[in-house]
Amino acid sequence: MRALAAAIFAALLLLSPLAAQAQTAADILTANRALVEKSSRQTIGPVIETLAASGDPQAAAILSAWADKGLGIRKSDGAFLLISASGAGYALTSLDGSDAGTAPKSDITELRPNAGVRGLIATALVQFQLSDPDRSQREAALTAIARDASPDHLAPLRASIPGEPDAVLRAQKQRLERLLTLRFDPDSAARVAAIESFSGDMGLDLRAALNPLVATTVMAVAGDPPAGTNIARTLRPGTDLTTDEAYALLVAAGLAPARLTRVDLKAALAANIVDGKVAGTPVASLNTPESRDRAYDALESAGRVPAAATDAEAAAAAAAHRFLAVYAEPDPAVTTAAKDLLDSIELKLATMQAADLALDALSLASIYFLAAIGLAITFGVMRVINMAHGEFIMMGAYTGYVVQQIVPNYTLSILIALPLAFAVTFAAGVAMERLVIRHLYKRPLETLLATFGISIALQQLAKNIFGTQARPLTAPSWLDGALVFNDIVGISYIRIAIFVLALVFLGVFLWLMKRTRLGLEVRAVTQNPTMAASMGINPDRINMLTFGLGSGIAGIAGVAIGLFAKVTSELGSDYIVQSFMTVVVGGVGNIWGSLAGAVMIGTLQKGIEWLNPSNTLAAQTYMILFIILFIQVRPRGIIALKGRAAGD
Amino acid sequence: MTRTFLARNPSVLWFLLALALFTLAITLMSEAYGAALVSTSFVKTLGKTLCLCLVALAMDLVWGYVGILSLGHMAFFALGGYMIGMWLMYARTEEIVIAAMANEALPATAEEIRQGIATQIFGVVGASELPPIWAFAHSLPMQLALVVLVPGLLALVFGWLAFRSRVTGVYLSILTQAMTLAAALYLFQNDSGLRGNNGLSGLQNIPGLGDVPQADLSIWFFWASALGLGAVYVGLAWVVSGKFGSVIRAIRDDEQRVRFLGYSVEAYKLFVFTLTAVIAAIAGALYYPQAGIINPAELAPIASIYLAVWVAIGGRGRLYGAVIGAAFVSLLSSWFTGGRAPSINLGVYTVNWVDWWQILLGLSFVLVTLFAPKGIGGLFDLLQGLRAPNRHGDPMGPGDGALMEKEAVE
Repeated sequence: MRALAAAIFAALLLLSPLAAQAQTAADILTANRALVEKSSRQTIGPVIETLAASGDPQAAAILSAWADKGLGIRKSDGAFLLISASGAGYALTSLDGSDAGTAPKSDITELRPNAGVRGLIATALVQFQLSDPDRSQREAALTAIARDASPDHLAPLRASIPGEPDAVLRAQKQRLERLLTLRFDPDSAARVAAIESFSGDMGLDLRAALNPLVATTVMAVAGDPPAGTNIARTLRPGTDLTTDEAYALLVAAGLAPARLTRVDLKAALAANIVDGKVAGTPVASLNTPESRDRAYDALESAGRVPAAATDAEAAAAAAAHRFLAVYAEPDPAVTTAAKDLLDSIELKLATMQAADLALDALSLASIYFLAAIGLAITFGVMRVINMAHGEFIMMGAYTGYVVQQIVPNYTLSILIALPLAFAVTFAAGVAMERLVIRHLYKRPLETLLATFGISIALQQLAKNIFGTQARPLTAPSWLDGALVFNDIVGISYIRIAIFVLALVFLGVFLWLMKRTRLGLEVRAVTQNPTMAASMGINPDRINMLTFGLGSGIAGIAGVAIGLFAKVTSELGSDYIVQSFMTVVVGGVGNIWGSLAGAVMIGTLQKGIEWLNPSNTLAAQTYMILFIILFIQVRPRGIIALKGRAAGD
Repeated sequence: MTRTFLARNPSVLWFLLALALFTLAITLMSEAYGAALVSTSFVKTLGKTLCLCLVALAMDLVWGYVGILSLGHMAFFALGGYMIGMWLMYARTEEIVIAAMANEALPATAEEIRQGIATQIFGVVGASELPPIWAFAHSLPMQLALVVLVPGLLALVFGWLAFRSRVTGVYLSILTQAMTLAAALYLFQNDSGLRGNNGLSGLQNIPGLGDVPQADLSIWFFWASALGLGAVYVGLAWVVSGKFGSVIRAIRDDEQRVRFLGYSVEAYKLFVFTLTAVIAAIAGALYYPQAGIINPAELAPIASIYLAVWVAIGGRGRLYGAVIGAAFVSLLSSWFTGGRAPSINLGVYTVNWVDWWQILLGLSFVLVTLFAPKGIGGLFDLLQGLRAPNRHGDPMGPGDGALMEKEAVE
């Protein structure tokens, strides 16, 4: 880099008389013909800069043509021309923009700049692009600068701001200008002012610009640090960093000899075995660290191995030096301002992250609620343990997959899949109730077992039909993407859709149970089947319908879950334990309880994941442990039924 | 009460006789001590099956006799396996590391050997330190004690928490299942200290017995499993035949009434839960050296449910039922899933039993639950002419225990 700068500087000196006067692009190229023809990254810089600064209206077009192999030299007179392929030859345009006819390929030498030269041209072109009449060009230039900023961009960017007609782009340019100023401006006061102008802002780009300013490295110094060192703080060995780390820094800085490692010690001893002994100690007894140390000391005093630093010496060396955390940025005013700003951002960031976490937790809670709401009917209302509930969810998801195979329009297929999944799992639920469960109403433990048998069979059946690999269930494109509030807080549309679906189900459930004839009869049959029967209700029919309803809702939940989870035969068993937990923790027999349970489990899981982000398995483990303990405190769940409805 | 224990429980004698004959027959047919009619791998399968029968016995006691449908006993089984597996793996790796270091110029220090073992065992999960839970892995007696202590304490704490808050019935089943899932998920992590989903492997190589061929080892473990099964069977038969057995059966049938009679229901349940967890752990400690590998998938809740399936199919509430169920279903299962069962060609579709066995198992389990709650063990009742009252027809009074119409006619 330094060599390059020197080369550019030297070349600039040579060229300065040329650059001083306004010239046409053709003059500049002709004057530097040798450099242009054999262009290389080291030498071409001044020519490109002169061209860019020439004021020639064609300069931008010439530069971009050069980068795109659109510049050529006519062999007959050596004139530079813009060329473009036309038929067998080239269409020619002279450098002042006028048409110059055509020429066969053999008459023209095409200039082929290498990647380094193209890079230099691109940098030079930025100033033209920033003032390009085409808005998309200007926008692209801004994006390019933001992605990979360099000090060179600052001047052209500033120059382009006053002429910017578009208000949005103008604001973007001004923001980018301040970001570049705080990083690259040579004037310390200007940088501090730029940093302070961002007060209250918390954009990702700002943090990316600030973080390198406050990055520190730890260095070891004997005595005073070199002048101009921007010290963040002094580290003390033993408290801020371990003695071993401190000594390793000393070794790295060349201020102390390397410690003798166990491996080196062993090698040194092995190299000094004489007649089965090391310094008089039999080899066989060298099987403890202490005996090896003694043998090494003996060798050391005999002068046959180099002296090694002992623990005490290492500690003394560490104490004799200072360990400093040093900013890479030399200007203390800038680092202080940057640090203050980052601290205030940090606080706001934490608030935002809490909000984002809450959104995540809410979305997880709605997924659990969706998975559990069918159970809230079959288990919560009817008190039937259905271990095949998870398999009903899976059936719903596979129904969605099959419908998508037949109906290619994703929106339409989802609209078909939802009622169809309900119908399929409703039928499966009714069949299961009629064939199995109604014989076992008085033996709840055996219901658990029998439905488990069904669950095993259904899982294997799905495996036999659809195979073991995950099947895609694609969401319609209007559900792609996310609702983004700012850099941190955002939620994908699918999760919003699931949240809405969960709310809809809650409403439907409440309406059905509290406002319809069916709900009344369901509640009557659950409380006392014999009495309900004597009032003219058919308990068999009601049980069948209720169970079918619970299963059908599981099917719809399956379609929703399949949209963001992979559809496999194990889809259901992933949710079954959590679903039961949701119902049990919330309080059996109360839909608000299930909602509370889902919110609690969702929040808890996200909270634990936030404490230990690397490990979702651990989060699930601790969540289950917490639930087991929670049931100690409230054995009947968050919202417990009281009185006769509570049963036993 | 003059009749002896065996006279009151003739099934114990028959069971021991059958087990002894079976053991003798297999020994005489084995490669190591007999006519080499059965392969070493089949002897291992039979030995493992005996261990499964042992854990089924534990399940039968806790479910069939006390009425706690625990979906966590396979977790205790696997934990027992993990505990013995830690010693097997540590001691075996120690032998290998010492052998590898014997060629070096200096004799290895204890620290170097430990380091070598740690690198060898934990290289797969990217660690090189022995986690603290391996502190006792060097000592066989300590690990044997842990086989009993770890699952026993877990069961004690979990049972105490669950029973004191009066969690019963299906709620308890779901809670035990959650415990199993939590344990499995925990062990699946790489930093759990038990090699994550790699599990422990090479357990079939018994340290110090490197020269003994696997054929001999397999028959030794077969004997040990048979001995364990016989001893536990006799012990449990004795436990359930006395007053203790009457109390726990009463808890199964009506917990409230037993509590009102002044028995400490929770203490009885806790004792049985912990005892069966320990038995399950011992069964696991015998099983996994024969299986050779253990990983967290063995703890999955599904395994515990299969255990319940075995006991239900065999016939719960009678000890020989559990043994028959476990042996029958697990052997049948390995026959079907091992690809040895002939496929059935239906013309349009070929029924491949590897794919369809699970469906057959699930459905037959449903049928057993519905129509034969006594399971295979019920056949013995038929032989003896015992018959349950016909409880069909309409109830003649309110409440679950009321006489049924058909019952009253008889």
